[in-house]
Amino acid sequence: MATIAEAKAIPAQAISWSGALRKSAFAALVTLGLCFPVVAFRTEVDISNRLMILPRWGLVLTFVAIAFFGRLLIALVAERRAGKVRAARRRIAVSDRTGNVLGVLGLSLLAAYPFLSIWLTGMSGSVKWIDNFGIQILIYIMLGWGLNIVVGLAGLLDLGYVAFYAVGAYSTALLTKTFGLSFWMVLPLAGILAAFWGILLGFPVLRLRGDYLAIVTLAFGEIIRLILINWVDVTGGYAGISGIPRPTFFGIPFNASDQGFAAVFGIEFSPLHRTIFLYYIIFGLALVTYWVTIRLRRLPVGRAWEALREDEIACRALGINTVSTKLTAFAIGAMFGGFAGAFFAARQGFISPESFVFMESAVIVAIVVLGGMGSPFGVAIAAIAMIGGTEILRELDWLKMVFGSDFDPTQYRMLLFGLAMVVMMVWKPRGLISTREPSVFLKSRKGVSVEHVSEGHG
Amino acid sequence: MMAKNADPLLTVENITMRFGGLLAVNNLSFVAQRGDITAIIGPNGAGKTTVFNCITGFYKPTSGRIALAFPAPASPEQIQQLTETGQRYAVHEGGGLFLLERMPDFQIASKARVARTFQNIRLFAGMTVLENLVVAQHNPLMRASGFSFLGLFGSGSYKAAERAAVERACHWLEKINLIGRADDPAGDLPYGDQRRLEIARAMCTDPVLLCLDEPAAGLNPRESAELNELLRYIRDEEKTSILLIEHDMSVVMEISDHIVVLEYGTKIADGTPDQIRNDPKVVAAYLGVEDEEVEKAEAEVGI
Repeated sequence: MATIAEAKAIPAQAISWSGALRKSAFAALVTLGLCFPVVAFRTEVDISNRLMILPRWGLVLTFVAIAFFGRLLIALVAERRAGKVRAARRRIAVSDRTGNVLGVLGLSLLAAYPFLSIWLTGMSGSVKWIDNFGIQILIYIMLGWGLNIVVGLAGLLDLGYVAFYAVGAYSTALLTKTFGLSFWMVLPLAGILAAFWGILLGFPVLRLRGDYLAIVTLAFGEIIRLILINWVDVTGGYAGISGIPRPTFFGIPFNASDQGFAAVFGIEFSPLHRTIFLYYIIFGLALVTYWVTIRLRRLPVGRAWEALREDEIACRALGINTVSTKLTAFAIGAMFGGFAGAFFAARQGFISPESFVFMESAVIVAIVVLGGMGSPFGVAIAAIAMIGGTEILRELDWLKMVFGSDFDPTQYRMLLFGLAMVVMMVWKPRGLISTREPSVFLKSRKGVSVEHVSEGHG
Repeated sequence: MMAKNADPLLTVENITMRFGGLLAVNNLSFVAQRGDITAIIGPNGAGKTTVFNCITGFYKPTSGRIALAFPAPASPEQIQQLTETGQRYAVHEGGGLFLLERMPDFQIASKARVARTFQNIRLFAGMTVLENLVVAQHNPLMRASGFSFLGLFGSGSYKAAERAAVERACHWLEKINLIGRADDPAGDLPYGDQRRLEIARAMCTDPVLLCLDEPAAGLNPRESAELNELLRYIRDEEKTSILLIEHDMSVVMEISDHIVVLEYGTKIADGTPDQIRNDPKVVAAYLGVEDEEVEKAEAEVGI
């Protein structure tokens, strides 16, 4: 058996070489064609003000060579990957168990994170680590998990998710400031309002699929943002809303007064208390999101979402009401966006339309796609890498010593972001964790390989 | 062309389906009897799948009426009465009368209990075999989970309902010999197994009428024989009537109780397999006509 396999493998290898070379030659040819007019000649004015044509064939040759060898490399990598697919499938059973262990480890690490960072960096140094890293990353993990319901499970590409984040934030700001409600009373209301907007968006886009759905949801996100900018009487326009009350600990505020948290518990006042408290709020909210997602996946509605992603027509033939199924996906996804928005408003104390631009939606979608659609664990890792990664760029001041004092690492954020995306798409086109876990099993829980799982077409 | 003991389950009356200028189905009427396997046959492009899509609500027929009644047949007067009320259906204890041309597709599956399969298999390829069969039991499970609210907090009644759903799925997996592959992705199954799984999935919705669009397409003779056995089991033991589109005559002639023949959207014959086999119009439609008749026809058009 082994000899047959080897005998087959050798001609396959040879074929792949010639194929790769052919593809590379083609890429080189295309590059040559593109370079010929644009790169090959350069016009320049000489001293006597005459236009000169300078041929630059060396540069063209360099470009062609880059295209040729680059394409060859990609082709060879793709070959190797194809060979590895079977091997990868065998590993799935193992990765399931390691996934569980990693999950528990990650969870306890997140729970202990504020105290770990105090221990490592001291009281004053840790604010940055808890606030900029911990809270910021957890907000995006929560947003990623919320959007994962819509994009990952139901397969409906939503590029306007930030709209629900904005609805949550602005309803928190307006309700607390106008009616004097506390954060804890407004939090569920913000979720309900965002869910309502989710349904409102869902209705007109029910019949849309794929690209068209993406465009309309993108427009929806922009509509919300433009309303926030232009409805100055209510939202304050560009100036935003400030002075949003902070969350309290069962009615005990975090301030230096006699009724404050520090005084009541008899400890020395520190602004860090509030930061740690906020950290645990968003940690709790994110856990609720996770728990609900996991539970819903094993309920009929979650299975219907995934079935909808796989084949909408078959769903209808089985008596599944696709309209209500899609709307619940939109509503529940939006609700978690609303919760995150409510938290965001209460944490910042100030919100403005600046925080709800399309870039935010793009980042959240990128987190879901990078993480592997449908996998909460992958989404969490992607959020840590993307948000933590961009935050850490602010910390790389030593790079100034290498590249000179004008060098600002944060300016290269988008460049690195794009690079990471390209690398991911070449290396793991379906995200970090691309195997799908079945929601019910008879004998053993075997992961479903990505080659079978549909991406959804709206 | 009525059967001897008339117990109509599905009554199709004068349905016409136009796509722009194309007349896909022309004034078609037929009756599918309860407990029968009714086959619709005809050359390619005769409008068979269009008829299926009209019955299962994927198309709205341009005109005509499709009535389905269970557990007992409905009289023409009852059907007429319901038609005049403008209602889509009238349900009563354990059944009802349904005007399928008025109902959306998912209600035809959930309320009128008509299940279907597709010519190009439409399984949920990224879900496991077992999940496919559990998704098919969506509506009863949805009720058991209290529309997700009870299920979210792990209510015992939902767990029991889910166990029952898995058991029902296992019953069908044993029937189609796929119990050993319950936890494999459906997209990993060989073609013949996928065909059988799609039938099992349709049966998991607990239908009174099962519509199969070319179930034997792409099957080898042994698999076709297994399919015949499965369909007979569904008719005799599960008491589900079957409506079938098929090109494989070994399947059609062997298991059908009643055959309807379409050509160019029009019914050209309707009867038992024996009657159909000897019908000159059917023979002409399928095998063409004799040489001298071709000459006669050519002479007419002046070739």
